[in-house]
Amino acid sequence: MAWWNRKREKREASQALAEKRSVPSGLWHKCGQCGEILETQRLVESSRVCPKCRHHFVMPTIERIALLCDEGSFVEEDTTVEPEDRLGFVDTRRYVDRLRSAAKSAGVPDAFREGVARIEGHEVAIGFFVFEFMGGSMGSVVGEKIARLFERALERRIPAIICSASGGARMQEGILSLMQMAKTTVALARLREAGVPFLSVLLHPTTGGVAASFAMLGDIILAEPKAQIGFAGPRVIEQTIRQRLPPGFQRAEYLLAHGMVDAIVERHDLKARLGQLIRLLS
Amino acid sequence: MADRQTLEFERPILELEAKIEELKRLGGSALQAELRQLERRARRLQEEVFSELSAWQKVQLSRHPQRPFTLDYISRLTADFFELHGDRHFGDDGAIVGGLAQFSGMPVVVIGHQKGRGTKENVRRNFGMPRPEGYRKALRLMELAARFQRPILTFIDTPGAYPGIDAEERGQAEAIAKNLEVMARLPVPIIATVIGEGGSGGALALGVADRILMLEYSIYSVISPEGCASILWKDQQRVEVAAQELKLSAQDLRRLGVNDEVIQEPPGGAHRDPEAMARSVAETLSRHLAELVAIPKAELLARRYQKYRAIGAVRGA
Ligand SMILES: [Zn+2]
Repeated sequence: MAWWNRKREKREASQALAEKRSVPSGLWHKCGQCGEILETQRLVESSRVCPKCRHHFVMPTIERIALLCDEGSFVEEDTTVEPEDRLGFVDTRRYVDRLRSAAKSAGVPDAFREGVARIEGHEVAIGFFVFEFMGGSMGSVVGEKIARLFERALERRIPAIICSASGGARMQEGILSLMQMAKTTVALARLREAGVPFLSVLLHPTTGGVAASFAMLGDIILAEPKAQIGFAGPRVIEQTIRQRLPPGFQRAEYLLAHGMVDAIVERHDLKARLGQLIRLLS
Repeated sequence: MADRQTLEFERPILELEAKIEELKRLGGSALQAELRQLERRARRLQEEVFSELSAWQKVQLSRHPQRPFTLDYISRLTADFFELHGDRHFGDDGAIVGGLAQFSGMPVVVIGHQKGRGTKENVRRNFGMPRPEGYRKALRLMELAARFQRPILTFIDTPGAYPGIDAEERGQAEAIAKNLEVMARLPVPIIATVIGEGGSGGALALGVADRILMLEYSIYSVISPEGCASILWKDQQRVEVAAQELKLSAQDLRRLGVNDEVIQEPPGGAHRDPEAMARSVAETLSRHLAELVAIPKAELLARRYQKYRAIGAVRGA
């Protein structure tokens, strides 16, 4: 491994750690980008955006729902859909055990929540990746719920919105997880054919099989500042091409410059911008 | 011949066969009995080895450098092939080939990943790892097929989509996603055949089809065993157990209800008898194609939808 690679890994590791710490547990919180010490309550009140440098911290799904949906309007659907370990997958731990502890700590049975809500008065079929659950990885439950979301949007002819935050397909479900890319996309293809809008919101990070299926197929694609978005992971690319990656590679701003997303929207504006798009498209 | 292209578990079989060839060259009727005995032994050994292949051994076979590639099938299966180049946006990707041809008395569009033999061709083919322009060439050919009502035959054989800066810059994720979306609604029959490696999203981008066929020693997986081992076991050496756990063989996928048929390979694998392999592929493809062309378009699309809508393992639905 090249010297810069090693150095870079160290830097990335400390960044990752800083980002992990970004989810506050105590009273005080340090910004992973500018180092500002922030009071946790104040950070939550500012939608987890650093008031000093505008760094967007990872936002728990429950807060994201409150951020975007009109108060009390989110009615969750398909809450009884649960994962099944069809492959009997065991790595250093059993998949069933991983599922159990993820469910316990995240408080949901898998990595996606969806239902019907209102945004500035408009009815929408809306879904959220739960990044807290196994890195938001897409297995059968996630794929099933996304397909149902698109089907519901088509049936009721209301816009579909998905906030993605996912490392990609869930390896422990093998080929079944890969096929969720196809499953979600065939459902989306029908929606698009019918002229019902799909607004795709890309959060940090949206990569792998999620990026390479429905998430990059939004009629409109919005991204949060500095969100990492791409197909292959940076580590894999560096190992393949044995080159250093350019600064800002695969960040939202890079995608905007390369024509891959429509706009970068700060978290504070996200709800208003979604409302505006719904008005303009309906 | 046993050379560096030989897999470890093939070696004893090939060595025995070399010995038989040697004896045949020496000739003499005195050796006839010994020859027959050796031939029986070679056959038995091959049956033994191939009857209990591990998942990892199947992965190795699926990547065998002598295995027939897409163009080997196109030349054996079709007549009047006219290769078409370029995505009309950026370039022509050698990792994906395609064109117009006649198959089984029918005009079709054929598209597949293309690996190379030897360093020079592998560079040209990028080891069968497409960039966005490859997927967009495939997309262009599929739309052409729809416009002229030609069934589509795809051949899947890739380690995966190319992980490079240029590929990301030009929208690798979007290119793959777009193919999935368009294939979902194309109003012509589509048959995807996994002939070697079905590597993740880069394979699926040619794989949304009415029928998914797999050769006996082909694989189809969400991630390579190497990638899986290094992420989940934090140890690249654990490829054998990773391959096992991923359930990536043609037989596993049949059990999981993902593929529609497994095409048997000649003894020792497709590379031992590419002609016989191509005949089996042709027979299977024309049987499925005959069924599919008889289905009305709306029904075809409805069934394709149901096929993918049903894949997965969930409880409490
Ligand atoms: Zn800050």
